[in-house]
Amino acid sequence: MMLADALIVSAILFSIGVVGVLTRRNAIMLFMCVELMLNAVNLSFVTFAKLHGVSGHVFVILVMTIAAAEAAVGLAIVISVFRHFGAVDLPSLKLLRR
Amino acid sequence: MTPFYRFQFYLFALMAIVAALLFVTRKSPVAAALWLVNVMFALSGLYVMLDAPFVAAVQVLVYAGAIMVVFIFVVMLLNLGRPGQLPDLRALAPRLGAGVMGLAILANLLAVQRDQLPTVELAPHEDNVVTPVAQSLFTDYLFAFEITSIVLLVAVIGSVMLAKRRATA
Repeated sequence: MMLADALIVSAILFSIGVVGVLTRRNAIMLFMCVELMLNAVNLSFVTFAKLHGVSGHVFVILVMTIAAAEAAVGLAIVISVFRHFGAVDLPSLKLLRR
Repeated sequence: MTPFYRFQFYLFALMAIVAALLFVTRKSPVAAALWLVNVMFALSGLYVMLDAPFVAAVQVLVYAGAIMVVFIFVVMLLNLGRPGQLPDLRALAPRLGAGVMGLAILANLLAVQRDQLPTVELAPHEDNVVTPVAQSLFTDYLFAFEITSIVLLVAVIGSVMLAKRRATA
């Protein structure tokens, strides 16, 4: 039953990513935790591709492309925020709350 | 399934989990990024064990090679200061809440996965595995593939527009 083991690894990695997103304040660390969660889901896709054919591999490639696009746009936003506020500390960004 | 295969599978799994734990506990973003690269290499090893060598190669090239370089580049570009000065962790109550939430999600996912999974032996085959992926990508998922290219174009233009220093304003 190594299929279940791979899925358990995926679940553990996803949970670590969730905890990271919830505990960190640095926006770059947050993006990296999101990447970890995407990687965990990719592991699930590859594992289930053992059962259901190569569609899982295709989805993993599409997810990687979207992750690259997300990282590019997200880091551009981080740079823009850093220029404007001088920090990437997320709780200090409360412009909309006023 | 040989014992050697099983040993290597668990070795890569353990490497991924330990590196992920180290990644999420580092204070410095650069150290965290390097541990995340470690996670991605371990996951790439797992992909090879799970009979997906093409995905493993793409993982190393795209994730460890391209995306993480962009992350480290932005960390160096922003010059955030020493790791000790950064107010990186949230307060104690949100941290405890996050821990409880992570455990809850983990229990949830594990409970879901306790369902009936068919027993498939995960020994690697000797088949050509790139051809079926390409066949599927360029026939069944051709539309998604083309849409992805448009998404990439939009992301490139958007990130250039966002990160560009405004000359006039």
